[in-house]
This record gives sequence, C-alpha cells and structure tokens, in this order.
Amino acid sequence: MSTTAPAPARPVPAAPGTPGSAHQIDVLDALEAESIHILREVVAEFERPAMLFSGGKDSVVMLHLATKAFWPGTVPFPLLHVDTGHNFEEVIAFRDETVEKLGLRLVVAGVQDYIDDGRLTERADGTRNPLQTTPLLDAIGENRFDVLFGGGRRDEDKARAKERILSLRDEFGQWDPRNQRPELWNLYNGRHTQGQHVRAFPISNWTELDIWRYIERENIALPPLYYAHQREVFEHSGMWRAVGEFSQPGPGVPVQARTVRYRTVGDMSCTGAVLSEADTTAKVIAEVATTTITERGATRADDRISEAAMEDRKKDGYF
Amino acid sequence: MSTTNLDTAAADTTVLDGAALGHAARALGTRGLFRFATAGSVDDGKSTLVGRLLHDAKVVLADTLESLARTSAATGFGGGDGTLDLALLTDGLRAEREQGITIDVAYRYFSTGERSFVLADCPGHVQYTRNTVTGASTADAAIVLIDARKGVLEQTRRHLGVIGLLRVPNVIVAVNKIDLVDYDEARFADIAADVARVAAGLGLPAPHVLPVSALVGDNVVERSAHTGWYTGATLLGLLESLPTRDEADTAAEDFRFPVQLVLRPQGALAPCLDPEAFRDYRAYAGSIAAGSVSVGDPVTVASPGAPRRETTVIGIDAAGVSLDTATAPASVALRLAAELDIARGDTIAATGTLPESSADLHAQLCWLSPAPLLPGATVLVKHGTATLRAKVGSIAGVLDLEDFGLLPAASLELNDIGTVVLRLAGELPTEPYARHHRTGAFLVIDPQSGNTLAAGLVGERTSAA
Repeated sequence: MSTTAPAPARPVPAAPGTPGSAHQIDVLDALEAESIHILREVVAEFERPAMLFSGGKDSVVMLHLATKAFWPGTVPFPLLHVDTGHNFEEVIAFRDETVEKLGLRLVVAGVQDYIDDGRLTERADGTRNPLQTTPLLDAIGENRFDVLFGGGRRDEDKARAKERILSLRDEFGQWDPRNQRPELWNLYNGRHTQGQHVRAFPISNWTELDIWRYIERENIALPPLYYAHQREVFEHSGMWRAVGEFSQPGPGVPVQARTVRYRTVGDMSCTGAVLSEADTTAKVIAEVATTTITERGATRADDRISEAAMEDRKKDGYF
Repeated sequence: MSTTNLDTAAADTTVLDGAALGHAARALGTRGLFRFATAGSVDDGKSTLVGRLLHDAKVVLADTLESLARTSAATGFGGGDGTLDLALLTDGLRAEREQGITIDVAYRYFSTGERSFVLADCPGHVQYTRNTVTGASTADAAIVLIDARKGVLEQTRRHLGVIGLLRVPNVIVAVNKIDLVDYDEARFADIAADVARVAAGLGLPAPHVLPVSALVGDNVVERSAHTGWYTGATLLGLLESLPTRDEADTAAEDFRFPVQLVLRPQGALAPCLDPEAFRDYRAYAGSIAAGSVSVGDPVTVASPGAPRRETTVIGIDAAGVSLDTATAPASVALRLAAELDIARGDTIAATGTLPESSADLHAQLCWLSPAPLLPGATVLVKHGTATLRAKVGSIAGVLDLEDFGLLPAASLELNDIGTVVLRLAGELPTEPYARHHRTGAFLVIDPQSGNTLAAGLVGERTSAA
C-alpha cells in the first residue's frame, strides 16, 4: 500500500494580474452546499418526490445530505429500492436498519417478482441490472412519483457525464441526450407535464474520492462490504466474484479465501470485489486516491457490455 | 461489442504502477473547487485540448487509457503512444464518437496538488450560444480556442461576447495549433493584440493569452521548448492559480438569501431529537447567494407584492450545528427575531442594501429555444426561488455579435441575445447581473411545455430598453 501523503505540488507560475483571494472554500463544503441546495429546490417544487436508495455508498451519502437539508425535520419523502433479488445480504440488512433508524417509508420494487410471474425473463448472462428498468418505471407510475433522486455521479461514466442535474424523462421514462434543457447558474427547472417525470442527481459533481472523504468527515456508517474482509471468491471475467447463491464458479474454477473489499455494491451477478487490505475509511481513501482503475471499470460487468452500455440503458429509463 | 483487457481488472489494484499512477492522490491536499468551461469553433481542436490536459496532467486512469487506445485504433488512429485520439476522452455519447463531434456539454472531474476541477466541456458548433451559456453560467474561468493559422474569427468574437455578457471572471484564450505556424512569435503577438482589442471593446477583463498545441502538448501542462519567447504560465498553471468567482466576489457583496422553504418540523421531527426543544422551531432554509451573514445582523425581508419588513438574525443553523457566521455559497437555515410570514420566493437581505422592488424587468435574454420570442407572449420568470408570470413587452433590439451594437428586431430567434422589457405579475428586488451575478440571473420558462426558453440577465434600470 502506498503512502497517504499527497504528491508534492509542482511549482506554479504566478498568473499575471491575479488578485489575492479573499477566502477559500473547501471542496467538501462547496459540494455539500450545492447538494443541499438541489435537495431543497426539488422538495419545494415537486409534489411527490422519492429517493432511490440501495444501501450503496452514494445513496447513503445522498440520504445523509437529505437529513441535513431538512433538519430538524424528518426526511420528507419515501425511499425506493429496485431490488434485483441478487443483492448482498449485508446490504439489504443495512438498508432496512437505515430506514428504521430514520423512520422512513421504503418502497421495494422486486425484479424477482417480475421474473416469477413471467413479466420479465432472466437474461442468458445472468446479470439482472438491465432488468431493473421495468420495475422502476412501474413503481414510479404506481406511486405517482413525479421526481426521483438518484445517487448518480458524472465521474462514474461517460454517459452520466452528459446528464443534467435535473433530467427530464418522457412518459416512457426515456432520456434524450440530444435534447436536454440548458441548465443555467443554480436555477433548476423542474417543470414537467402529465406523464413525464424528472430524475434529480444532487451529487452529480462529486467524485469517488469526494464521497469517501465526506464519509470520513461525517463519520457515516456503510455496509461492511466496503471494507477489507476475508471472503470466498473466484475469478470470473477478470473480476473477483463472491461465492453465493447467485454467483457460483464455473467447472474447474478454484474458490479461494482472499482479503477483498467492494468499491460498488450492486447486484451480486455483476459486481466484483477488489483485493485490498483497506479496513478503515482512512485506508480506503488512501487506496482510492492512488488507484489506477476506475470504479466501474474495476467492478461492474454490466458496464463492459459495450462502449455505450450505460447510455443505452439510460435511454430506456434506467437511472 | 468491444473486448476488455481482463488481466488489468483482475490485478491487485492496491499495487501501484508508478508510470500509470493516477494523480488523484493530489486531491487529498487540494485547496478548493475550480469550475471552468471551454468554448471553441468546430475543428479548433477543443476536445483534443481537453483530452491533452487530462492526459498530460496524468489524471486519466489506466483502464480508461486502455479503452482509449483500443477505440483510437478501431477508428483509424494507431492507438499506440502518441497516436491516441484524445478527443475520445470527452466525447462520450454513441453519436459523438461515431461522428467525431461534441453534441452536448459534458462534465469532467480531475484533481492536481493545487485544486479539484470541474470542467464543462461545451460543443462549439451550431447551437454555440446555448451551449456556451450552459457551460459558462457557473464557470470560474472560460477557455476560448483560436486556430493560430486563422486568428480571431467571427466565432471567437461571439464566444468572447457571451463570456463577457455572463461575466465569467477569468478569460483564457488558447492560441492552438501553434506548431502549424512554426511557433512563430510574431504570429502569436498579432493574434494576442487582436484579442486584446476585442476584449477592450467588450469591456472584458484582460484575457490570459497563451500559445498551445493540443496535439503535441505545448504549454498545456508542460512548458514548451519551442516557445522560449513565451514567459507566461501554462494552461494548467493558470487554472491552478486563478481566483474562483466566489473568492473574487463574495467578500465585497451585500448579503442576499432567497428563501427556499420554511423548516417547521412540528409533528415530523427527525428521530432522536427532543420534541420539547423544537416545539416552536421555525427557520428559513436557503443558500446564501451573495455576501455573509452573522448572528445579530439586521435584515430586511422582501416578498413579491408585500411591504418590506425588518428584523434581526438570531440563529444560523446547519443541521444541528449553530454557526456565528456563514458566507456564500453555504446552504443554511436562518432563525429570525420577529415572527413574520415568510415563504419560498421571498428574499432576506442585509438591511439598507436591497434596491426597490419593481414589476418592470429590463434585461438581456439569450434566447435558447427554436421557437422565436414575440412581444406580448406570456412566460414564466424564475428568479432565485421565486417563479412569476410575466408578459413580454417591447424588444429593444438584438445584439450584433460583429460589432456589439444593437440591431432593431421584431422577435428573438434561437441563439439571439436581445434586450427586452418584461412586465412581472409581482414585484421583485432584482439587481443588475453586472453587479450581482447570482441575484441578477433568471430563467425564462414556457408555461405550457415547461421548457427553459432563455437565460436572463438583469440590466441597469436606467438603460434605454
């Protein structure tokens, strides 16, 4: 493991005519202020908001920001989890504890239910992430949600890099990247017509490292998977996959006990672990700061399907 | 379907490869967030410049570089070192990669030892005003590209005009493809002089002009050995050292606080809080648009259509933490001494600093809709947290981006910047954008479709609109 010390700054030539700075604003303070502003704008302007919550680190940080935005009131909307049925037990337990602790309502849309009654068919490759779109759109319709907060970050993926903070979806839930509303200053336009809804991304401008630094600063609890632990894993498609009910090694593939952690905690069928000794937030920050592999590149099989996998899913209504 | 280098992903990611090391490590020591936007004509090499900046600053991670090499090779570039199509780093949409153009603004994030950056990479073609306005409205700096062979073009003047209009505090002009004019100092000096003339004509702060080659990498991150005559900073050096909007503005500005919502929890108190302690809790949530506020400050509340009221700040809350003082752009909640009827859309300001409210809005609009604006139209105006109906009065004219004079016009067409008078359904305490960029900005929204029609900039009330 490398040192946590930042690389020495290169000498910076003085810019001509640069006025002295009156005050400097910390990165995390600026990001937090922007996110809280967005959360409050959306709650003020929409009728029926809900927040996508999976128990993953980004949605945990987003929910933490919501508790701050509306303090001392309770978080004024329900949570929605699109459960693929292949989630890690620890994450589901964490999800339920969080909902209980904050006194919130949780709506679960289950991919398994759709497969059981034939509305969806299991894919040949076993990954269930693309199957989430239908239950998600149905839940939006049934609950008449007019806006959904999502924990998407623009640094995750090149299609997400293009998305506005408030993103209009048509009556089929579709995103049209070629025809987005201009988004100006910090004035967010959430107007929509009957049948349309909006996806709001309050942590768009955060990076993976910002998220981890904020988790440390705010002492935010996460599912234990995010920290190094021993687990039975096997190699599959170049990733370390946990042995579990929905994730079994192929013939001849050895199972090994390795010390691993997860950078993302999605569906077990497409989420890989990384080998790591980082068992504290500080160690994770040091690791993330020096990694050479992007978050999704390291651990998400679903984004490797094609160059534009995320864009194609988002056009269909995915988050 | 593309293939993935599976060996890399399975590698132990905690073992560092020094050569490919992502420099995110530097973010641990950064001092702030700097937002910048790019503007450039088609084929000026803007995407390549951005790609070069990211590549040479060593903030592109190994798997992204591999993917870049693969796609570069597949699209006719060699894909080896030095023959990467760096534009692919930012052109993320399927259609963009297929056509080799940038369709919409993309946001990129990177850090160096000095700063964390948010880059709004704006397309330069067709809908230039719309995209430049979107990217530049929040920018601390804007980079305009000029092709060294072509010099200042009409498009350059337009970009500088829009950036000037939006009062982007730092303007950087990158004279690109300097390698294609043999690093000619005289050529660069001529262009720099032209830029200075245009900027002076527009009333812009003096731009930072520098010679670069995005393709080769001259003066982007590393100083070029070919331009010994240039003594200024590299592009990255500038980005690391220029002041942000808030650093430049905030200290001098008067306190402005548009109320987002009223926090009055009563029955819906967060768990673990004492109901007795919060029985009468009432605070006004919002983000500080300008200036600072301290406990004890006298403030004035302005509501559309109501007389002004004065009171005192008795508390500044940030999620359970009580602050003595807070500065823009902080999101906080204010408690006030007097029990007043205050709602979303009202403005709380330092007493004695707020201009008279008015229902007449003299403004410049950057028209962003394909359907033209005609006098007499009913629109919505979103200013701060207030949204009001408004009627379009007269159109005084359209900005001529050639010489920045005003041309007579009966309507505003897509990408026009026009001077208009709007009649609001209520009174707002608007202030000129030139003095208060956050309180002088507004949106024009279509009441039927809900689409954003224009970016609005409040003008001086005395102007002959």
